Formats: sequence, C-alpha cells, structure tokens
Amino acid sequence: MVASTPAASRRRSGLGRGVVRTAILLLILAVVLYPLIWMVGTSFKGQTEIVSNTGVLPGDFTPGNYTDGWNHFDVSFSRFFLNSAMVALLTVIGNAASCLVAAYAFARLRFPLRGFWFAVMIGTLLLPQHVLTIPQYILFKQFGWVGGEWPYIPLLVPQFLATEAFFVFLMVQFMRGIPRELDEAAKIDGASPFGIFRYVMLPLSRPALVTTAIFSFIWTWNEFFRQLVYLSDLSDYTIPVAMTLFIDSTGQSAIGPMFAMSVLSLLPVFLFFVAFQRLLVEGINTSGLKG
Amino acid sequence: MALTTANSPSVRASQGTGASAKRRRPRRGPQREGLAGYIFLSPWLIGLMGITAIPMLLSLYLSFTNYDVLSPLGEAEWVGLANYKRMFTSDPSYWRSVTVTVSFALIAVPLKLAAALGVALLLNKAWRGVGLFRGLFYLPSLIGGSVALAIVWVNMFNREGAFNGFLAIFGIEGKPWVNDPSWALETLMVLAIWQFGAPMVIFLAGLKQVPTELYEAASVDGAGRFRQFMSVTLPMLSPVIFFNLVLETINGFQGFTAAFVLSDGTGGPVDSTLMYTLNLYLKGWREYEMGYASAMAWVFLLAIGIITAVFFSTGRFWVHYSDGDDR
Repeated sequence: MVASTPAASRRRSGLGRGVVRTAILLLILAVVLYPLIWMVGTSFKGQTEIVSNTGVLPGDFTPGNYTDGWNHFDVSFSRFFLNSAMVALLTVIGNAASCLVAAYAFARLRFPLRGFWFAVMIGTLLLPQHVLTIPQYILFKQFGWVGGEWPYIPLLVPQFLATEAFFVFLMVQFMRGIPRELDEAAKIDGASPFGIFRYVMLPLSRPALVTTAIFSFIWTWNEFFRQLVYLSDLSDYTIPVAMTLFIDSTGQSAIGPMFAMSVLSLLPVFLFFVAFQRLLVEGINTSGLKG
Repeated sequence: MALTTANSPSVRASQGTGASAKRRRPRRGPQREGLAGYIFLSPWLIGLMGITAIPMLLSLYLSFTNYDVLSPLGEAEWVGLANYKRMFTSDPSYWRSVTVTVSFALIAVPLKLAAALGVALLLNKAWRGVGLFRGLFYLPSLIGGSVALAIVWVNMFNREGAFNGFLAIFGIEGKPWVNDPSWALETLMVLAIWQFGAPMVIFLAGLKQVPTELYEAASVDGAGRFRQFMSVTLPMLSPVIFFNLVLETINGFQGFTAAFVLSDGTGGPVDSTLMYTLNLYLKGWREYEMGYASAMAWVFLLAIGIITAVFFSTGRFWVHYSDGDDR
C-alpha cells in the first residue's frame, strides 16, 4: 500500500518488456506443446502416411486406429483401463490416509525420538524406488503375493503404510504453515491430539490432501517399473505394461493404433489435471499466504 | 463419610480441583501426546519396518549370495564378496551403465533446472493468462514419465519423426536418432528437459514466498533488476533451488521407463541407453541373478547417499533459510 506509486511507475515502464516476455513464452510454449499435438495428429494418420508425413495434420484421416488399437491384443484395452484405474484409485486412498496421519504426528505432536524418526523419514525420501523394489519383491514372493490370486497386493500394500515419504514430507511442510495458535486454542478448549487432528488439521489440510491425491493418481497411472515387475498375466496388465506389447510387436503397421492408445492412455491424466488445476492453485494461494 | 465431606463443600471442591489440575497438567501434556504421536505414526512405522528396513536388510544379506529368485530363499548360497568383485572388476555392462547414468544426470539435470528457473521468472508477475501458461508448461511433467509418452518420443526422434520433419525445413537430412548409439541417450535427455514444469512450479511457489518488501527496500536502495535478482531472489530462493537440485538429481539417476521403451528393454543400441536401473532390471528379472542385482542396488543406494550427503554439506554454504527454527 505504501509503495503503490513506485510500483505503478515500474509497471508502466515494463509494458514493452511485457510484450517481449509474452512472445518468448509463446515460443517456448509452442516447442513444448508440439510433441503432444504431433502425437494427436499422428494417431489419426493412415498406415502409409506415418512413414511419409512427418507433419501434424493427417492427410488421410484414419479414426480406425482407435478401434484397431483398442482391440489389438487378446485382451482389450477396456480391461487395461479398469485395472489401471483400480490400482490408481486405491493408491490415492492409501497415500492420502496413511501419509496424513504420519504427517500430523511429525508436524504437531511431541513424542520421544521424533527428531530421529523424522530424519529416518527424510532418509527414505531419498531411497530410490528401484532399490526398494528388489527387497520388496523378494519379500512379497516369500508371502506368495507375487503372481498370487490378486496380483495387485504387492503394488498396494506399501501405499497404505505411508511408504511414499514424499507425501509425508509435503504434508508436514504444509501443516507447519498452519498457525499454531489454532492448535493452542483448541487445546485450551480441551481438545485431545485426536480432536485437534479431526477438527483443526484435517479440514485445514484439504489443499495438501488434494495435492497428494492428484499426484498419487497421476504417478500411479504413469508408474511402470513395479507394475512391469509384479504383473505377469495379460488380463491383469495395467495400461503401461500393455503398451509395451506394442513395442515388442511393431512392425510399422501398428504405429497408428499404438499412437491412438497413447493418446487415450494420457487422456485421464490430462482431464484430471484440467479438472483439478484450479483447486490446486486456489489451495496454494488461500492457505499459503494468510492464516 | 459423605456427610462430613458435604460439610465444607466449597473449600473442598476448590482445593480438589486446584490440586488435581496442577497434578494433571504435566501428565496430560507430553505423556498423552507421546502416546498419540506413536498412534498416529504407527502406519508409517509398520511400513518402515516391514516394507522398507527388514526387506532391505534381507537384500543386503542376499547380495552376498547367488540367490536366483526362482529357487527358495533357503537354497541361496553364500558367495562372500563375489558379486561386488564381479561388479567392479569383471562386468563391463556394469561400468557402461554407470557411465550412461552419470552422463545423463550431469547434462539433463542442470539444463532442466535452468529451464525451470528461467520460465518461472518469466511467469512470476501476475498477469492475465499466467495461470494457463503455468498449467501448459507443467503438463509435460505430468505425462512425461509414462510409457505412452516415451513411445511417442521415440517415434518423434525416429527416421520418420517430427524432429526430422523440422530439420527438413532447413534442408538438413536427419537420421533415426534413437537407433544411433551416439544420439539415443541425448533424445532421452531432451525428454527429461522437456519436463521442466515440475521444478518450475516449485520455483514459482518459492518466488511467491519472497516478501515484496525486500524488493521495495532493494529498489529504494537503488538496486537494479539484475542486482535484485542476485541479492534478493537467489538467496531467498536458495532453499527451493536446493530442494529441486537434490530431487532432480536423484530422479535423474533413476530414469528407467524411457530407456526401457527406447531399447525395448535391452539398453541398446549398443548399450547406449543402459541406465543403471535398467541394468538392475535386466540382471534381476531377465537373468534371474537377484543376488547380483541386490548388490547393484546396494551400491546404487550408497552412491545416492554419498551424493546427497555432499549436497547437504555444501548446502550449508549457499542455502539461506529465513524462517523460524534458528531464530
């Protein structure tokens, strides 16, 4: 408020700069988006055109790639989509619930060894997923979970035990930004740690929960390594694992259908992002600035 | 009894509550909170022990054996340091994968972070359409790690791909870059840099946290834009830069999906995309040498730990924390 006049004059002198900035941004944006536009265009190209036409627009519009791709394997993509959706949704639930309670403990409660456990948690943040997958695979194999009755158990159990330290860390950071006065007030009113969690932290952590939900959905939808390792029956395949069959099988003939399935498999992530982006930004804006 | 106490109720009551309140307060505080802390922590603790710590110790043990996944655990034979010795002395594919991974991270991570910071600075001022830009720049980070996009990427840099179509505009004849051992890894680096949106969003959030008073104070003191960037933005942003650097480096070391897709799971052409994790996968799940793969995993872990420790020990000198704890 005090500095409104110098700020205004600075803005006026920056008008030309703003045009240049927008031009640069548009150029970068064109480069960044081109692969996606090309992907969509190519998914409609006919078989001969894929070899001859490197541009975006299909000369010979071929929507048949989509039906070809959908039924390209013995099991159709509807099954792969359902499998992927199930794994992703259960992962979202597991991550949100288990990471939130762990984060509350770290952010707000005082208990013996808290500093130690927090350091351990940060340490696991740096554990590479592939390094963890080897011992987990061996262990889950001993349990008979690998290739078992329901092959998704090894994919989901870790998600319900807050092993995704990134989300714990994210929520701890978020909760630290919630004014302590709110807890203190609740405590003076006689709330227990459970009451504070239920009536103060849980509602106020909604933006962090939304962020966690979005990220865990998208990451799981895209996740490949663990699904590759744990899923062995075609009918259990998730989309990423099924997509690799295209690489194995292609001669040039399957490129159109392969691109069509690429587009469809990325579509949920795209829609998810479009639908939740505003909520995400709002969450950061309203909670990040003023308490 | 009841009658005698009832004689002086007011005195008793006030004494009673006073005494019990005094006694209860310290007990209610730390002790109950400690119990609650562990209750809230329990899912994480169970996960830490059961899913992380114990299996990791198991794999440490197995790294000294010839365990092959197919036969029962009990039949794994102790081979001492043989796996480690083989890794460092007699497995050229191992060193190949180390070289590939390190060069990938060394080139892709700094370029990705530079792009992220640059675009974040361009987007930082609030103006119409900024939200749309931010979202669209971020989009690649959301889908870039997927098999589907890797498939598209590989085809884009193939002979008939969009990249060669672009080169053709300038009359340059391209080649199937993904089949060329000296270019295949570069196409994967470009894919990584293309996903600069994720660190960019973190940079933007960091930039928002820089108090405008600091810029106002700096400009009152006569600092120009560049000086403001060096003296206000960079120091205030250093925790975020640090965070991004650590995260992206560790991510960079773990690139698997795109390399798998490009090479159809082989690390080719001529091992040029044999990322460490891909090598790990081949040894463990294709050649069933889980003991050897465990050893590789442990060395990988150690390497990541050392790199992170180096980051943190140097971070002390350039990361500036403005808030809270050390006040």
